[in-house]
Amino acid sequence: MSNLAKYLMPFLFAASALSLAHAENVAIVGGDVYTAHDGVVYEAGVVIISDDKIAAVGGADTPVPDGYRVIDATGKWVTPGMMNAYTLIGLSEVSLEPSTLNHSISETFYSAGFDVSYGLNPDTPIIPITRIEGVTRAVVVPGFGVPFDQNPNKSVFAGQAAVIHLGGGYDLVVKSQAAVVSYPANAKVGGTRTAVLDYLKGALSEAAQPKGKKKKGDSNNGRRFAKAPEDKAILARVVTGEVPLYINENKASNILQLLALRDEFPGIRLIILGAAEGWIVADELAAANVPVVIAPTNNLPGRGFDSLGATLYNAGRLEAAGVTVAIVNGGFSPAHNARLLNQDAGNAVAHGMSWNGAFEAITINPAKIFGIDEDFGSLEAGKDADVVVWDGDPLEVMSSPDHVFIMGKEVPLVSRQTRLRDRYMDLDDNEMPFAYKK
Amino acid sequence: MKPLTGLLLGASLAALSAALPIAHGAEDGARAPHASSYRPMASAPTMIINVNIYDGRGGLIENGSVLMKDGDIAAIGANLEAEEGTVVIDGQGKWVTPGIIDVHSHYGVYASPGMNAHSDGNEVTGPNTAEVWAEHGVWPQDPGFARAQASGVTTLQILPGSANLIGGRGVTLKNVPARTVQAMKFPGAKQGVKFACGENPKRVYGQKGESPFTRMGNVAGYRAAWAKAVEYKRSWDDYNEKVAAGEDADPPTRDLQMDTLMGVLNGEILIQHHCYRADDMANIIEVSKEFGFKITAFHHAVESYKIADILAENDICSAMWADWWGFKMEAYDGIRENAALVHNAGACAVIHSDSGTGIQRLNQEAAKTLADGNKAGLDISKAEAWGWISYNAARTLGVEDQTGSLEVGKDADVVLWSGDPFSVYTRAEKVFIDGALVYDMNDQATHAVSDFRLGLTGEGDDR
Repeated sequence: MSNLAKYLMPFLFAASALSLAHAENVAIVGGDVYTAHDGVVYEAGVVIISDDKIAAVGGADTPVPDGYRVIDATGKWVTPGMMNAYTLIGLSEVSLEPSTLNHSISETFYSAGFDVSYGLNPDTPIIPITRIEGVTRAVVVPGFGVPFDQNPNKSVFAGQAAVIHLGGGYDLVVKSQAAVVSYPANAKVGGTRTAVLDYLKGALSEAAQPKGKKKKGDSNNGRRFAKAPEDKAILARVVTGEVPLYINENKASNILQLLALRDEFPGIRLIILGAAEGWIVADELAAANVPVVIAPTNNLPGRGFDSLGATLYNAGRLEAAGVTVAIVNGGFSPAHNARLLNQDAGNAVAHGMSWNGAFEAITINPAKIFGIDEDFGSLEAGKDADVVVWDGDPLEVMSSPDHVFIMGKEVPLVSRQTRLRDRYMDLDDNEMPFAYKK
Repeated sequence: MKPLTGLLLGASLAALSAALPIAHGAEDGARAPHASSYRPMASAPTMIINVNIYDGRGGLIENGSVLMKDGDIAAIGANLEAEEGTVVIDGQGKWVTPGIIDVHSHYGVYASPGMNAHSDGNEVTGPNTAEVWAEHGVWPQDPGFARAQASGVTTLQILPGSANLIGGRGVTLKNVPARTVQAMKFPGAKQGVKFACGENPKRVYGQKGESPFTRMGNVAGYRAAWAKAVEYKRSWDDYNEKVAAGEDADPPTRDLQMDTLMGVLNGEILIQHHCYRADDMANIIEVSKEFGFKITAFHHAVESYKIADILAENDICSAMWADWWGFKMEAYDGIRENAALVHNAGACAVIHSDSGTGIQRLNQEAAKTLADGNKAGLDISKAEAWGWISYNAARTLGVEDQTGSLEVGKDADVVLWSGDPFSVYTRAEKVFIDGALVYDMNDQATHAVSDFRLGLTGEGDDR
C-alpha cells in the first residue's frame, strides 16, 4: 500500500465504516420499477429485498411480507445498480501522484499475469463518492486510465481485470481474473500496431501449445511473449474462452483483424473496448456475437487516425445492428469519473439509441459481458439486492438516487464530498474555524 | 477600444501599437494588424415563436417570441407579430437561449486528432511566456469547432495551456468556420492572458531543477513579472504624456512580454488565472492588490466554494467544471455543488469545459450542478443557471455588452433547443450566430465540414 493511503487510513476507514449497515428486509413500493430484464417495467411496482437478495419483483399487487421496512417510492424510479465496465476505482487515488497508483506493471513481458485485485484499496473515498450516484459494481482494469488508445503500457497485455462491488468493507472482489486487458494501439513493443498484433497472436499460440510440444522453428519460438508462468496460465484460459480478452480497438479495419483472430483461436471470447468506428463494422460484430464497451461521447478524431469515424451516433447504430453494447464514460480519470456513465448513456439516447438499450448498457449488458449476470444486472428474484431508488429518470443529468442498496445493505448517501459541501454550505457560519465543523 | 484610440491620437505608430496591440480597426476603416476580420454569415430576419426562453440573465419567458434581424436581437417578448418577409419558426415545446459561451477551450491549439504536430498550446520554454498569443497557434480546421457548434456553442475563448506561470494571451472567437483565425475573432473582444497557479508550473520547471520549484517560486515569479511591468508601464505613460504635451521624446524599447502585462494594468487584457485551491486564489488576490491589477476570473476553481464570499467581495468570476475532481492533488476537494454554492454566495459562477468533448455538453454540466445544489437545499432556477454558460461567461470575456443574453440590440447568438436544454435528451436544433443560421440539426447542408474531414472516414456525421 502506498504511503499516502497509509497516512489517510484512519480517516478513510471512518468514511467507509459508514457503509457497514446490515442487510435487512425491505419492501420498496409505489415506484416505477425498471427491471432491465427483457424490458419489463412495473408501474407503481414492488421490489422485495430479503437480507442480501431480491426476493420478489412485481406489480402493485405483489404481497409485502410482515415486518418489512417499507420505502414509499411513489413517483420515483427503481432500477438495478449501475455497473461501470471500465474503471480504476481502488487503483488510483490521485491520477498525477504515482505514490497513489497501483494500476499497472512496468515489466516488459510479464503482463497478462498481473492481477489488479491484489492492489485494490477498499478504503478509497472514491467508492462512496461513486455509489451514491447509483453505481454499485465496477470492472477495475489494469491501465493508466488516460483515453483508452493512449494507455502507455509496455506490453501486449496490461493484466487482469477484476469485478468489484461498491458496498464497502475489505472484501470487494466479486470476480477476479474477469478478463485479460490489452491496449495494442500504444503498447511499447514492436514499434507499430502491426507488430503488436503479431506478438499477440504469438503469445496466444504459445499459450495454446500443450507443454513440451514446442519445436524449433515455430514462428513464436524464442520470442518469449509470456515469460512468467502466470502469463502462460492465464493466456491458456483466454485461448479456451474461459477468460475473455478485453481489447482496445477503435479502427474499423483493426476490429475486423481481431474478429479474424477467431479463425486461429476459435474458443476465444473477445470484448472490444472503445470501438469508436464500431458502427462501420456493426454487422460483422453482431454476426460474430462480440460485445463492445464504448464511450459514446468520445466523438473527436483520435490519435493515430484510428478513430476518425468517432461519432455520437455509434451507440445507436451498434444497437440497431444487434451488437451487445456496454457504455462507460470515456473521459480521463476513470476512477474519479466512473460515476458519470449514465450521462453518457443519456447522450447515446439523444443520438439514436433506444432508452432501454442505453439503460441495459449500464446494467445487465456489462453484467453479461463480464459474467456476473446470474447475480447482478437486473431486478429479478434471486439476484443480489443491488437496487437504486431515483428521484427521476436515471439517465437524466438532473436525477440522482434517494436510496442505494448494495447486496441488501442500504448505504448512506454520504461521501467525503458531501461532507466538504456541508462544511462550506454556509460561509457566514464561521465563528469558529471551519475545521471544527464536522 | 475607440475612446482609447482617441486618447492616444498624436502618439507615434509605435506607441499606438505598443499600447494597443489588439486595436480593432482604425478610424479610417482599415483593419489594424491582428484585428478581427470576422463577417457575419448571411441572415434573413427570423422570428421564433411559441417558445420558452431562458434569457441568460435569469429571466424566463414562457410561450414567447424572439426576433433576429440584421444580426441582432431586434425584439423579445410574449406576443410579437412577424412582419412580412420574416422567416417564422414555430418553437412549440422547445426552448430558446443565448448561445453557449465556453471561456476555456483549447480547440485549435490542441486540435483533433491529437497528433504530436498539433501540440500548439504550451510554449514550455520558460515560466513566463506572456509574449505568445494563442491565436497564432489556432488551427481553424480543427474538427472540434463544428462539433461544438452543433452543441450550441457560439462563442469560445481559446487559451494557452497551463505549463507556465504566464502562458500567453488568449483569444475570443465567434464559433464560425473560417480559413483564418482573424476571420473567427470576436470583433472588439479584449484578449485574455493565461496565468497558472499551483502544481503545473512547479512540476514542469521543478522537474528540470529550474524555477519555479515550489508554490513559493510560483508567487515570486508572478511578482517579479509584475514589478517589471509596473516600471514598463510607467516608462510608456511618461512617454505618452510627453508626446501629448508636444515634447520631444524617445519611445521606450518594446518588450512583448511586458506589452501583455501592461495591457492588463491598462485594463485592455483580462486575466484568466488557472487556480484550483482556495489558498492559492487568496495569494493571487494579494498579489493583485500589491500591483494594482484586476483578476477577471479564476479557472478550474474547484475550491471556490470555500472562499465564495472573498471572490464575491473582489468581483472575481470562477470558471468551474461541474464535477471533475481528484486527477491531481489540488483537485482533490472538488465537489459537485461548487458552481451552485458560488452562485448562491453572490459571486460570479461560470461553467467551463477545458475539454474538446466536454464543451459539447455545457448545458448538461450546468444542469448537474444545478440539480445537486438544489437537492442540497439551495433554490436556484434553471433560468438563473443558464447564466453560468452565457451571461457570466460573457462577463468573463468582457463581451457582455455584445452577447451572452437575449436583449434587444445584442448579437443574435441564439440556440433553439429541441426541448428543455437542462435535459440530457435535448439537442441544439438550430444555432444562430449574429442572426445567421450556422447549424440546423435536420439539414445536412448546414453542417460545416472542416478541410481535415473532407474525404476521410467520418466526414458525414455532425455529432
